[in-house]
This record gives sequence, C-alpha cells and structure tokens, in this order.
Amino acid sequence: MSRTRRIEVEVNGRSEAREIDVRLTLADFLRRELGLTGTHLGCEHGVCGACTVLVDGRAVRGCLMLAVQAAGRSVRTIEGLGDAEAPDGLGVLQAAFREHHGLQCGFCTPGILMTLTELLAKCPDATESDVRLALSGNLCRCTGYQTIVSAALEAARRLNGKLAS
Amino acid sequence: MLRSRPLGTSRDEWSDLASAPLMKPPPFDYEDPETLAGALELASRLDNHKLLAGGQSLMPMLNMRFVQPDHVIDLNRIAELAYIDDVDTVVRIGSMTRQHELLESDVIARRLPLMREALEQVGHVQTRNRGTIGGSLCHLDPAAELPCVLMACDGVVEAQSVRGTRRIAMRDFPAFYMTPAIEPDEIVTAIEVAPWAAGHGSAFLEFARRHGDFAQASVAVLIASSPDGAIERASLAVGGLATAPQRIAEAERMLAGSMPTAALVRAAAQACGDIEATDDAHAPAAYRRQLAVALTERALKLALVRSDAANGGLHEPNA
Repeated sequence: MSRTRRIEVEVNGRSEAREIDVRLTLADFLRRELGLTGTHLGCEHGVCGACTVLVDGRAVRGCLMLAVQAAGRSVRTIEGLGDAEAPDGLGVLQAAFREHHGLQCGFCTPGILMTLTELLAKCPDATESDVRLALSGNLCRCTGYQTIVSAALEAARRLNGKLAS
Repeated sequence: MLRSRPLGTSRDEWSDLASAPLMKPPPFDYEDPETLAGALELASRLDNHKLLAGGQSLMPMLNMRFVQPDHVIDLNRIAELAYIDDVDTVVRIGSMTRQHELLESDVIARRLPLMREALEQVGHVQTRNRGTIGGSLCHLDPAAELPCVLMACDGVVEAQSVRGTRRIAMRDFPAFYMTPAIEPDEIVTAIEVAPWAAGHGSAFLEFARRHGDFAQASVAVLIASSPDGAIERASLAVGGLATAPQRIAEAERMLAGSMPTAALVRAAAQACGDIEATDDAHAPAAYRRQLAVALTERALKLALVRSDAANGGLHEPNA
C-alpha cells in the first residue's frame, strides 16, 4: 500500500539498493538516483526512444517502465557498453559509430546504441533492413540515419569476424 | 521538468529545485500481486484503480497525467497469465503474454499467420518487448492491430472477477471509443481464437505514415477455399476507420461461395467505400475509406494467392 518501496536491481553488473517512490520511472531512477545520466529523456511518452535501456537483455523504453518493476532484474545502460580492455574504452558498436560519424549532437545515441545492442545480440548477421526496422523505434534529428545504419552494419561485420575467429 | 535555471532564481534555489524529487506520474498506491486470485481480490476492493499490463499506453497516460488513479495494480508478476496454448481447435493466449513472445511463437506462426503478420506492424521492437495482448485489447485504440485481428478471427475474450468468469465475443467487446465492455472489477485473463483449417489464406495490411505509427487504415482478411477453387468462407475486418474495428459483412457475403475473380475481389473491396469512418487531424473520413478499399483489394488478392499456394496452386486468382 505504501507509496515508497525498497528495491534491489542490478545495473551494469552492480547491485544497487534504494528506497524509492513507486511512481518513479526507470529512466528517472537511473538518472536521478544512480547518477547514470547517459540515458537521455526526450518525449517521456514512448515515442522518441532516447531513454531505451536493456532489461534482462531486451530493449525497453525507460520512461514507460516504473523503477519498482525493475526490482530483481538486470538493467544495462550506455554506461555499461564500453570495453575496458580496448585502448580507448569503446565497445565495438561505439567504435563503429565514431568511425562512421553515426552521431552529431549525440542526444539520441545512447538509446540507439542500446537498441542495436539487443539487435546484434539476437541477430548477429542483421541486414540493412533489419537495422532500419529496429531503428524505427528511435528518432534522430541530425544524421538522416544513413551513417547510423553504416555504423551498425560495420559493427555487425566486426562482431561476426570475432565470432568466426 | 525544469531543464534550465528559470529566470529570477538564484543558483542555490535552482540547485534545490534540481535535486527535488522528479516524478512524472501522479501519486498512486502500487500493488504487484503474484497471483491472479490476489489481483482479482484487489480489483474488487480498490476504487479508482488502473491495471498495469505492458504499460506502453498506460505509462504515457500517467506521465502526462491524463489518468490519475488512486491505485495501480501491476499484473507483470503474475506468471500464470503469460502463456500460449495450442489446444485442439483453439489457441488460448494468456492476457499478459507479451507481443514479442507472440511474434516469436511457433504456434502463432503456424496456426494464426494473420496474427503474426499483424504483430510485425505493432509498434516497435522496444514497445513489443513490454506490450501485451491483453493490454492492447483493453486499451482498444481504434487503429490498433490486435483488436482488428481478433475481430476478423471471431476471437473470444475471457474476463474474470471475484464474481466469476465471463466469455465475451470480440464483436461485443468494444463498448464505445477506447472502452471495452468489462466491469471495473474484471480483469481480462485470456484470449481464445479458433484457427482456420490449414490451407486457408490470410493477409494483414495497413497504411501508416511511418513504420510503427498507428495505422490510418488497416485490413485483416481470412479466406478458405474449397477443392474446386471457389471461396468457401471469407472474413474481413477493417481497423482505424471508426471507433472500433468493423467486420464488412456485405463483402463477406459476396465472396462466400463465389469463384475468385479480379472483378469479384474489386467489387468486395468497394463494399468498404461507404462504411463508418471518422474525420480527424490525421486524415479525413473519405481518405480513410479510400485507403480501406485499396488495402482490402490488395489483402484479398494476397490472401487468395497464399491460400492457393497452400493448396498446391489449384486455381489462378486473377483469372
């Protein structure tokens, strides 16, 4: 009945416990309670895709889930995408975005990277049309998407190469 | 949300504002029962409650404070409401089955290809990962794909309350605009569809400005052919035109018992030319009707080709 609740949730591999308002959205929880401001908020009603994060490996709108619903689940955000082993700290997808100019202002980028992370995990040999279909849930007002699609396909090629070797 | 320091506030005042709790939805009490019995008890007892299924429509409405429930009953922890059962003549789907689970299901692909084709056009991967069939049905957006499919398939909706269980035919399910014919203490628990026999043809087509948008018009078609190539049975539902998806009985009557010719298909599609349609900011009624006619003709042809292919190419639908 209470309007606050204590939750435990795994975020980017770390267990976090907080007492939160039950009406707090997952995106606001990540940004305000955990300081993970890489997850951006655009429309806050599920249209723009900027707040996309992975919950148990699946891309979801962070603004359309309550933080209490993430209790006991595993959340991955843009802050968990880097590769500590790489010299520049970037994961394969991130490096491909830099090389292909897959971002300009960068506001939509965290959401787009999370959407593509799910796509490439489920479908490592994604085609251009798979990529465009997945990206239909993320709005970008700068790039015109072409460079984003190129970056995603380049990342798919590299990940496939890694799997093959 | 305060995005920048408002004029006239000092830096200290602004830092207080910026660290204040930030809540989009209005305050509510939250319950997340783990059993259906628990949820039914809460739904019977709590006034002004909202049931939270996948949240892909309710959460935006809460964020914008279009709805201000005193209680939110979250159904997401009720495992017994998420399943796809293939039982003889019926496919039974738990109301909390997510749209991505339906899209990835072999049972749906094999038994309800019409539903599978429609699911590809429901929102986006990020919303299908949360959105549920029961939520989509109860939200009852006039342009939503799943209600249109269930209308075409003569689906049955099962609703439970502490008072008992009711089975509601899909054609009686929409009460009026975005309002299902269920009582405040009822919870939709399952959807049943009797799949058409193997060899039937189906097609779901829609027109939307961008992929994943709500459709300005959508069409669901089912066709069963007899061995001589004649159409034995046809079902046609049009969504996005009026307050709820509508069956086009006149077209179904024209098709049943006839040999499929291009002229027949065109004449049946024309039956969508004078159905009820709403005018709004997205499209005038006349335009929506025109879309329905064009989509129906295409969907009928596609369903006939598919039915033909499933039956080993017995007849030529465009002859």
